[in-house]
Amino acid sequence: MLSLEHYRRDFPILHQKVNGFPLVYLDNAATSQKPQVVIDALVNYYQKINSNVHRGAHYLADQATIAFDETRKKVQKFINAQYPEEIIFTKGTTESINLVAFSFGEAFVSPQQEILITEMEHHANIVPWQMLCERKKAILKVVPVLEDGTLDIESFYRFLSPNTSLVAITHVSNVLGTINPIQEIIQVAHAAGAKVLVDGAQSVPHFQVNVQELDADFFVFSGHKIFGPTGVGILYGKKELLELMPPYQGGGAMIKEVTFERTTYNRLPHKFEAGTPNIADVIGLGVALDYVQNIGIENIALQEHALTEYATQQLQQIPSLKIIGNTPNKVSVISFVISGIHHYDLGMLLDANGIAIRTGHHCAQPLMRRFGVEGTARASFAFYNTKEEIHKLCEGVEKAIAVLT
Amino acid sequence: MYTTQEIQEEIISEFEVLENKNDQYQYIIDLGRNLPPFPEEYRKDENLIKGCQSKVWLVPILKENRIYFDADSDSTLVKGLVSLLIRIFNGRTPQEILSTELFFIDRIGLKGMLSMNRANGLASMIQQIKTFARCYQENAPSLQ
Repeated sequence: MLSLEHYRRDFPILHQKVNGFPLVYLDNAATSQKPQVVIDALVNYYQKINSNVHRGAHYLADQATIAFDETRKKVQKFINAQYPEEIIFTKGTTESINLVAFSFGEAFVSPQQEILITEMEHHANIVPWQMLCERKKAILKVVPVLEDGTLDIESFYRFLSPNTSLVAITHVSNVLGTINPIQEIIQVAHAAGAKVLVDGAQSVPHFQVNVQELDADFFVFSGHKIFGPTGVGILYGKKELLELMPPYQGGGAMIKEVTFERTTYNRLPHKFEAGTPNIADVIGLGVALDYVQNIGIENIALQEHALTEYATQQLQQIPSLKIIGNTPNKVSVISFVISGIHHYDLGMLLDANGIAIRTGHHCAQPLMRRFGVEGTARASFAFYNTKEEIHKLCEGVEKAIAVLT
Repeated sequence: MYTTQEIQEEIISEFEVLENKNDQYQYIIDLGRNLPPFPEEYRKDENLIKGCQSKVWLVPILKENRIYFDADSDSTLVKGLVSLLIRIFNGRTPQEILSTELFFIDRIGLKGMLSMNRANGLASMIQQIKTFARCYQENAPSLQ
């Protein structure tokens, strides 16, 4: 295992006790913790340059605008988009998807066309499409998931047709950790004439993403899962598509000229960024991306892979424990159930020992139904986690089993 | 019969000797295990209170203007929490239930559990108990 442990010092929140025990934070797929540099950037912004962007004719407004626009370029480079204006700031992955469901839907989806999603989607990549289908009388089709947690790619091929308008698919499952063969899916979808939206909320924090190489039409993710502040999401969209889509919300910044008779819209990216954006947190995200690049996303990936393999092996020693999502090609997410034990009880008992995991349906109720469970316990690792913490998790689980059975 | 206030005070003093969350949860689990068995015919959707994560079945029975409860949960911890509520509310008149203010949850340091009502449904349980009481109170003349 790489020695990345000194980076742990960068995360002040990790160095505290919870319920009398040192915090073991294993809920990184829900949100990652923030390094001091990101926290400092937020404080610095409010102490020194807080001002509205693109508007004021004064020093602070310039400073804020420069920092804000620089972050757009950082994000562009981070996912290798062709143009900075292909990066739209939203408040999160959910809003990014809703934006596409609305604006792409208005421009491109007609009655009887199909939207293809999968059984492993987060509710955020299900409900906006249901709403679109209702609005446009389009049809939602769902590609099933196989027992090991991989996508039933044969069904995907079968479901795809000239009638498919858009494929909306997660890059990585937030429950199973499964990495979907997204490049293949995009190629095949394009060949069928469909566009593809990739939900990258669970992929961007874990490995290098190159949207041009993938040829994704839309790629969305959240800043807070990659060590940035909450409240910032990214929508990447190909320029030629974004140009053809109507605005999502009306308001300030997104206009060119307003009269009571007719309003013309601003160019990209502003067309999709109505109102004052979340300036401080956007700037914070830029710092988080710098931080990740300093460590090297490939080093992060190696470390997380090692932790996941180790944890999988350790958890499998517990006889009544069953891991859901067993493909080797997965990120640092382990969902599991224990026979005879409710996931809520397990989560509470682990919490009593300072161990934070997520329990429940993980906003993926259809997937829970697929696996015949009400919910699961989910441990998810970041590079700052340690083997020792995995030991504590296993001990905690065994202790909980003893108490609950 | 003790008042609902006295029973809450009693619960608080029981929890005072428990030193940490582990001991508290262990105690709550034991309380849940001591609930009388839940009649299987009651285990149906119309008796279900859904939290985000756990299920609770709660059935009221009115006898001589007093309400008695049968309850169960698929979560052992939540079942323990339910048993605390039942200990306070069982055999009370609708008026007593409606006028009871629950202060024990705060005092035994389980406020987190209440605020996490989406997860364990504790807040909805309390609300449901009060709703039953209100219905019985409003329909009292016709029921008797």
